[in-house]
Amino acid sequence: MHAENEIHFRDAAAKALLDPQLRANFRRAMDGLIAKRRAQFPDPRDLQDLRDLSTAIRSRSLLCLPELLEQLEASCAKNGIKVHWAETCEQANELILGLLQARGAKTMVKGKSMVSEEMHLNAFLEKHGIEALESDLGEYIIQQDGETPSHIIMPAIHKNKDQIARQFAQKIKDAKYTEDVDELTAMARKVLREKFLNADAGLSGVNFAVAETGTLCLVENEGNGRMSTHVPPIHIAVMGLEKVVARLEDVAPLYAILTRSATGQPVSTYFNLITGPRGEGEKDGPQEVHLVILDNGRSRIYADPQLRATLRCIRCGACMNHCPVYTRVGGHAYEAIYPGPIGKILTPQMEGVGVRHDLIHGSSLCGACGEVCPVEIPIPEILVRLRREATHEDMGSNVAGKGTGRTATEDWAWRLWAGVSKRPGLYRIATWFATRFGKALPASAPLIKNWTQSRTKPVPARRSLSERMRTEGVPHE
Amino acid sequence: MSDARNAILGRLRASGESGDLPALDTAVLERRQWPAAQRPALLRKGMEAVHTEFLEATPNDWPAVIRAFCEREGLKNLLYGPASEAGAALAAAWPAGGTELKPYDRPIEAFKDELFHGVDGGFTGTIGGVAETGSLLLLPGPAEPRLMSLVPPIHIALLRASTIHDTFWSAVKTLGWGRALPPNALMISGPSKTADIEQTLAYGVHGPKRLIVVLVNDLA
Repeated sequence: MHAENEIHFRDAAAKALLDPQLRANFRRAMDGLIAKRRAQFPDPRDLQDLRDLSTAIRSRSLLCLPELLEQLEASCAKNGIKVHWAETCEQANELILGLLQARGAKTMVKGKSMVSEEMHLNAFLEKHGIEALESDLGEYIIQQDGETPSHIIMPAIHKNKDQIARQFAQKIKDAKYTEDVDELTAMARKVLREKFLNADAGLSGVNFAVAETGTLCLVENEGNGRMSTHVPPIHIAVMGLEKVVARLEDVAPLYAILTRSATGQPVSTYFNLITGPRGEGEKDGPQEVHLVILDNGRSRIYADPQLRATLRCIRCGACMNHCPVYTRVGGHAYEAIYPGPIGKILTPQMEGVGVRHDLIHGSSLCGACGEVCPVEIPIPEILVRLRREATHEDMGSNVAGKGTGRTATEDWAWRLWAGVSKRPGLYRIATWFATRFGKALPASAPLIKNWTQSRTKPVPARRSLSERMRTEGVPHE
Repeated sequence: MSDARNAILGRLRASGESGDLPALDTAVLERRQWPAAQRPALLRKGMEAVHTEFLEATPNDWPAVIRAFCEREGLKNLLYGPASEAGAALAAAWPAGGTELKPYDRPIEAFKDELFHGVDGGFTGTIGGVAETGSLLLLPGPAEPRLMSLVPPIHIALLRASTIHDTFWSAVKTLGWGRALPPNALMISGPSKTADIEQTLAYGVHGPKRLIVVLVNDLA
């Protein structure tokens, strides 16, 4: 049995809905992204073919996952990239700390990495006296304000430029107040260039890792990913174990559908393929490249044939952009690293379906996420499955926290329902009362309250169907 | 941490039901083809949409075109790779005086401050382009170090029209990138940009503020 007070998403969402600024910021941004994505896929046949191909590539990768990971490790080793494995975020953090401390590194610049968010790496390193500075403009903005990303692609999308202008004027030394986006960008450029120049280490995520060639592919627009991976003497890349694909030519369609789905761009400014540290005769590039492969619950997700589809995700964020819930409440309400529809299926599987019961139910199951997903992850179906898993221990699965989402009230309600339904006499009495007095029941009555919190109270018919059939008969023909 | 490695791989293996691999139908990629003569215009359209500037040149006059650009823009210096084919050709045709050609001939450790604070532009060759998306393909390395196309505020890239591929996918196959790659390979599709503030596009956030493509018409 699980306490009923775990539902924080509902409360956080209710709060977010009351913030007109936040709602306007998200609405504007998501509308823009939806339109831009649509413009990138003018031909529905091309779109479907590309989705099918991308889905097939990701499915193939997962089918051969252990072999591909071993091949990736061997290819990387051949190229001079050292591969490390971590079962948990703690292990991954310790590993990275060890690498940094062994080289006396005090400062690290970071390219955008959701896995490092998952690990809470920045806070961990700060505790050990190492500065971890986000350099993606959006990440820089939110780190400066002590916030977490509200979108996986556009982490600072919840803020508007006035808010950022005030923040920069306050937090950047010698900065003047300006709402000009170019000037704000230039300010960040100036600060961060000095950081790139002097950083002892650089960290990045990985968009695709190619097993055959031992290549780490990084997708970005700003150039901070290249700065973080090419300027400092050591580059550490972190990735979830699902990121591997077999061949470089498999990456081409995934990359094409990633940028189009994410931000409606045909291509990103930079596509950076890293296949090794500074080579023979090279004058720049890091002396060392390390790759940390993180599990953190992924191998458990992998074990389930239906839930495995979750790992096809290429982190484009299209499901968020098209989600009617996400658009209205924003990313922070989810209180999770990965917000939006993908977060609703990923977070509960990582943290337990009972603990994150709130997320599994915070969906209208409208299906928009599954429809736009470039790798056809059946998010609504998985949500329904996880709802069942949350309240049933006996489904023969290995879902984290299965059965722990059952609440005493819900349990009691269903028992009552079953008990009444099995006894015709009792059922008749119950429906008689419900039809005569249901209207008079206050919306705040126990059980009814759970429903009426966000919905209109249903009004029962004056007489039940069976009652009418008895008195009126069943008309034939 | 080989314990972690073995445990992770063990779990993945234990749960792997090795079904048939789904077939890959690449027709959607193969459909994307254009005659060689149309590719430069397509590439240009894509790159100009994200603020890339173009200079037209011939196989003979491109060094002069670059020189004229540098003088016009008042570049104090231009970083180049003396060991690269394009760099050597540029140096051979570069008149004395005016914009100084600065060689990237030292390890970054001895060059960092100057590179970050004292260089106006960087010149690199390319090994090709991609028509569909409007992109340049570069193989940075000993002859043309990685940071030349990243740190200076202006990046000037030499692109020969005959080296433009249809798609990134066809380029990967034609160039054999899938078999072996140097430590760094790169696709660039415009100057550095961001839309992280209110989705308003701003150029030159971390990398070059301007990208100048010198498009050499070498199509017969």
